[in-house]
Amino acid sequence: MTVIRETGAPPAPPAPLSRPSRGRPALPRRRRGGGVWPYLLVAPTLLGTLYLLVYPLARAVLISLQDFQLRQLILGDAPFVGLRNYRTLLTDDRFWEVVRRTFLFMAVSVVLIMVFATLVALMIERLGRVARTTVLSALVLAWAMPVIAATTVFQWLFHSEFGVVNWALQQLGFGSFERYPWFAHGTAAFTILVLLVVWQSVPFAAITLYSALVTVPTELYESARIDGASARRVFSAVTFPMIRPIFMLVLSLEVIWTFKAFVQIWVMTNGGPGDATTTLPVYAVQTALSSQRYDLGSAASMVSVLMMATVLVLYFRQMFRQESEAP
Amino acid sequence: MSSVRPRLRRVPLHIAATATVVICLFPVYWMVATAFKPNRDIQSSSPQLLPRTWTLDHFRAAVDADGFALFWRNSILVTLSAVLLSLVVALGAAFAVARLRWRGRRQFMLMVFIAQMAPWEALIIPVYIISRDTGMLDRLPTLTLVYFMMTLPFTIVVLRGFIAAIPPELEEAAQVDGCTRPSAFRHIAFPLLAPGLMATSLFGFITAWNEFAYANFLIIKHQDSRTLPVWLSSFQNVFGTDWGATMAASTLFALPALAVFLLLQRHVTAGFAAGAVKG
Repeated sequence: MTVIRETGAPPAPPAPLSRPSRGRPALPRRRRGGGVWPYLLVAPTLLGTLYLLVYPLARAVLISLQDFQLRQLILGDAPFVGLRNYRTLLTDDRFWEVVRRTFLFMAVSVVLIMVFATLVALMIERLGRVARTTVLSALVLAWAMPVIAATTVFQWLFHSEFGVVNWALQQLGFGSFERYPWFAHGTAAFTILVLLVVWQSVPFAAITLYSALVTVPTELYESARIDGASARRVFSAVTFPMIRPIFMLVLSLEVIWTFKAFVQIWVMTNGGPGDATTTLPVYAVQTALSSQRYDLGSAASMVSVLMMATVLVLYFRQMFRQESEAP
Repeated sequence: MSSVRPRLRRVPLHIAATATVVICLFPVYWMVATAFKPNRDIQSSSPQLLPRTWTLDHFRAAVDADGFALFWRNSILVTLSAVLLSLVVALGAAFAVARLRWRGRRQFMLMVFIAQMAPWEALIIPVYIISRDTGMLDRLPTLTLVYFMMTLPFTIVVLRGFIAAIPPELEEAAQVDGCTRPSAFRHIAFPLLAPGLMATSLFGFITAWNEFAYANFLIIKHQDSRTLPVWLSSFQNVFGTDWGATMAASTLFALPALAVFLLLQRHVTAGFAAGAVKG
């Protein structure tokens, strides 16, 4: 055993996105006919995916094409109505308002996340060892905070009477924030949700971008500096092009994640006050499970899946470009 | 002069670093601090940043709350079985992908990558209806299956990387020495895989431990089958304005996840940053 341990290289963590390496060590070097074995080994995965992902998705498509309400849920005789549900949705002003709000929420959050994450990543790179470890640990801790726990804490931070945020704002001279009811005002509730999502997402984005920054060869910086480039010029001409693939990857992931953010909104505001924080995922679940319009809710879900699929295509193009470079 | 200037130039950098640390940690700190404060300090018009007196009353209230032990047990049960199931299934698939050559391997990996980005938020409605039709509503195995499928693709992707990093020559040598292929895998590759299995299972643990939406909508009538996240979200309805107890409950709930992440930090900052991971 000891001999094996010594000869065997320690299994390095997989890094499909890290420095591109030559060759493809992932491929077996020799032709190994597996016979029936490989298919037996992947069969459980295939079955699980078929029953737990493909079937529900197909079912969702079907329900969105049916007249499926509480009656049909109990009796199970849902008639096929074609695209009627989609027509109902797409001619509904409230639905378009929800779509607009979802994109606004996504755009504001993603811009803030990417800007802060890039700044934090650049900052970490310039820090000494101790400070860097401290910042990374703090980021990891914020990242690890469970969504429900973070949402509950943010509700407490922004509590109208005893919340520490209102208190701090008053200390800073904003007297109007005394007992300011954040969750009673649409814009304020929307802002808190953006802050929560940004707070939760920046750690992942910053750590990933930082791990990309580390792979940029220092010689590039040196030669740029010798050529007399300013800090901003170094970033736009050297750093950013080098981390661009991972930056785009993080960007598309954040777009998807903020687009489908559900738990935070559902637990914190339930889409309210009024409709002020109702985004597409919240709207779909509300329509289906609260108003028993399973057909309309499914149709709304399918519309949001289509929108996300567009982003996904971009993500996979990036992913496979990476895959063809690294194992 | 020359030694002072770089140090001065680093001041804004360190201010920014301090601000980052404070912003990251304050909500976590405030949760823990509130949980330890007596009620009169919580409901005061000028909050104390450091608790003056400490109390465990809120933790007692949270632990004594109805069903706390039961929901804790449910969460552990669902999480562990989902993670174990996905480890076993993923190990087979990852081995087939990393080591064997077979028709459809690329397509299989494409499927796994797509499954990794599955729109789970959009599948709540059909999963609810399917569970209702098959009598699986209000039952923990339903949640186990859903969490299994949520963590499976990621587990396959990561384990594939770990298996690919183990030189096949090691197993071949064992096979030459008379080992069968499965036993060569078990005795040679498996020990080398341990860190990978550890890391992925802990990650799966966190995903399942934190999941709220499905736990909330699939467990409706049978309240005894609820899990901790759902309990926590309803905690304020039960305890009303008792923010001390609410924060104590949040702390108790977040503790395992925070501990696991801190243990994993090395992996998190190095390897995991490469995969598509979100806590």
